[in-house]
Amino acid sequence: MDMKICFKLNGKDVSVTTDPLRRLIDVLREDFGCKGVKEGCSEGECGACSIILNGKMVTRCIIPVGAADGQEIMTIEGVSATEKGQTIVQAFADGGAVQCGFCIPGMVIAAYCLLNGNPDPTEDEIRLGISGNICRCTGYDLIVESIRLAAKRGGDIWKK
Amino acid sequence: MVAGDISKAVRRVDAVSKSEGKTRYVSDYDFADCLWGRLVRSSIPRGIIRAIHLPEMPEGYRFITYKDIPEGGHNWLHMIATDWKCFAENDVRYVGETIGIMVGPDKATVEDLRQKVVIDYEEQVPAVTIDEGLACKGGAFVNGNNIHCSLKLDVGNVDEAFAKADKIVTETIETGFQEHIYLETNGACCIPEGDHFVVYASAQCPFYISRSISPLLNVTPDKVIVRQITTGGAFGGKEHFPDVVCGPLLVAANVMKKGVKMFFDREEDIENSVKRHPSKVVFKTGLDKDGNITAMESTVCYNVGGYLSSSFVVLQRGCFHVTGCYLFPNMRTTGYGVATNTFPSCAFRGFGAPQTLFAVETHLCHIAEMQGIDPLEYKKRYFIKQGDTTSTNGKIVERVMIPEMLEQVMKASDYERKSREYKWGSGKGIGISFYNHGGAFTGNGEQAIIKARTKLHKFADGRVEILCSQTEMGQGFHTILPKIAAHVLEIPIEKVIFEDPDTSRVPDSGPTAASRSTMIVGELVERAARLMKPRYAKEEDFTVETCYEHPEGYPWDQNTFQGYAYLGYGWGVCAVEVEVDPCTAEITTKGIWSSHDAGHLIDERIVHGQVNGGVLQGLGWGSFEVMENRDGHFRQTSMSDYIVPTSMDYPKQGVYFVENPYEWGPFGAKGMGELVFNGSAAAYIDAVSRAIGKRISRIPLPTEEVMGYMLHGTDIKAGIEEVR
Repeated sequence: MDMKICFKLNGKDVSVTTDPLRRLIDVLREDFGCKGVKEGCSEGECGACSIILNGKMVTRCIIPVGAADGQEIMTIEGVSATEKGQTIVQAFADGGAVQCGFCIPGMVIAAYCLLNGNPDPTEDEIRLGISGNICRCTGYDLIVESIRLAAKRGGDIWKK
Repeated sequence: MVAGDISKAVRRVDAVSKSEGKTRYVSDYDFADCLWGRLVRSSIPRGIIRAIHLPEMPEGYRFITYKDIPEGGHNWLHMIATDWKCFAENDVRYVGETIGIMVGPDKATVEDLRQKVVIDYEEQVPAVTIDEGLACKGGAFVNGNNIHCSLKLDVGNVDEAFAKADKIVTETIETGFQEHIYLETNGACCIPEGDHFVVYASAQCPFYISRSISPLLNVTPDKVIVRQITTGGAFGGKEHFPDVVCGPLLVAANVMKKGVKMFFDREEDIENSVKRHPSKVVFKTGLDKDGNITAMESTVCYNVGGYLSSSFVVLQRGCFHVTGCYLFPNMRTTGYGVATNTFPSCAFRGFGAPQTLFAVETHLCHIAEMQGIDPLEYKKRYFIKQGDTTSTNGKIVERVMIPEMLEQVMKASDYERKSREYKWGSGKGIGISFYNHGGAFTGNGEQAIIKARTKLHKFADGRVEILCSQTEMGQGFHTILPKIAAHVLEIPIEKVIFEDPDTSRVPDSGPTAASRSTMIVGELVERAARLMKPRYAKEEDFTVETCYEHPEGYPWDQNTFQGYAYLGYGWGVCAVEVEVDPCTAEITTKGIWSSHDAGHLIDERIVHGQVNGGVLQGLGWGSFEVMENRDGHFRQTSMSDYIVPTSMDYPKQGVYFVENPYEWGPFGAKGMGELVFNGSAAAYIDAVSRAIGKRISRIPLPTEEVMGYMLHGTDIKAGIEEVR
């Protein structure tokens, strides 16, 4: 049975009347056009579908939309529009972090959440921070370096 | 302006859009008016289809099989060989073979109907492994002997050398399946438009699809227009396999007179897609009284699966690379592509070369170790050089910089000290491997078969468009090719347009495969830009065109496999250091260092990224990427049970290059996308076997296998089985 589900998406109040058991990823992609949320493995293993739920990264976007009722969600579309998000995006471009790109929106989200909690992470902390996000192209090294670049370039913005 | 050395890194043109989540992959398009399709596949590895029972079909839904191929059409897919059927007819050869496609307007209903299709089989005994295939278990189903294809190479006089040898040893080296795990799964949509069809696909080779599937409807390839959509990783897994996805869509779109779309989820993709060929290489090596190699004979068997498709070419490349970076006085290789009842194996980064390179590297280590010699010192005796004879009786054309690369890697890794201090069986080990990869199609294939063409068009506003069929799948070609054109024309890279190919508007410059795109198509674009340059300022709107021309004087006979197999090899040296936990057998990789010769690099950061990714993918193949096939079924069907490397599994890599410009490449560049995969597994296994003091002759090597070797393995110094 359909239900009205209200939540905050990328800073705006939105609502959708739908089956509460539909997967959140499908609602975000199909009803709200958030195509940057990628489906990589359908089981929360690869991190391509990462979003931010109430300030925390969830790599299990494969949750029912009913669970989003009353919550606050940020997707790559929202994150990349922020100053912090752009700092990461530009660092990824300059640091050679991007190859096929399918994992990258999730990686940007992981970097954003990492740097928000730890503005000056070590290499090991970065590797841990993105360990829930699988990339098959890059071997991770240039992603790690790009996140370090974003930390350096962002400076104080990560402390806000 | 692109000034100075072309190697200097630029921003990838696609980086920002991909990072912002704005890049559209095929499943990001709505294809709003299209029907949904889902394949019904064989659930058994071998048998006869007795009957197909369909559920009650609502209006607008249909189950499409080979019977829906129109008169004059052919139920096959052309993938180098033309033996893989689009739809099974009376029999099935492997689990996952397409039997039909369920189509209709509602996705959930299509899925529900698909699940209710019941196939009645008369089951037969399958042959799953190479040995079972060779033994014709259940009766041969290909050529009376289950040999899909074979070849033989002979250099010198192996028989005479064996007769004189002091000792002949034999050893078998094996490798397993590997799954590509491109992050974006397979997907496509086929839409009828007037007298033709348009296919949108995540794919490496758009012209391959047109040519492969158009015979289904008995139409010419130009009636099946393919538009590639930004592809989220491929690694060979989207070289021929998209034909298997798009063929049924084309037949369905023709029947329904509507577009049909289909996107695999991960489980469907892993269970029902091509893999890297498992291999078994048996060496017979003759040694003189001082332990030097006098002759090496190898029997190379690849598990091809149910259909041949591209596998003969994979086997050829495997056999050409079985002597690695070495010159042995006498060499003989026999290759067999073995038919089994598994999903057909196909292209995967390296295309047959990694298996034999792993085999020869490992075998050489073992011969050295049984004599108590450091494997590196032993391998050094046989390094191939410019002018030396190859496994196909051709010559190495270029300068081989292995000594220089070795020096870089030894220095960076502190190899000499570690190799001396880490005693065999001490729990610490460092390993080293040597590898190469012949760039582009074999022999004169680029001229005889591919006949690549490119166009460069100048618009009145000064922009230039590159027209070719190369695809971007992550490797950076959307940046590399415009960079080459911009550099020659001395214009900003932003003025160069290079869109995803549409087969109705670009010339066929060949597949995006075989490490050929930069080396071959890059040169065509470089040449086109040089032709354009003197006219660029004077003329407003014009096109220049270039075609591939093979250098004279390097003969190749594709029937006998004799001559110059490759003009430009990429070369690599890789060292890996490990530590083994004596209680848990868990391996920690402490360091990875590699040096590569890719000619003159077009973009050092893009190449660096390729090295990082390729080396890591090779380490996954050699260590914990376990893909088993039991009774014809893949046992690992999700990313929870097929494990690929994460950011935590390996340390940051030391990446080095040597400068060795390639005469016929753009700005001296050679192919390198596959090269970088080819050697890390051998270095890793060398390191682990030294650390545990046991001989390892099979990959993958998950922790439980390490434990098995530690408890029950053969000592690293033990003699190898002698046949005389």
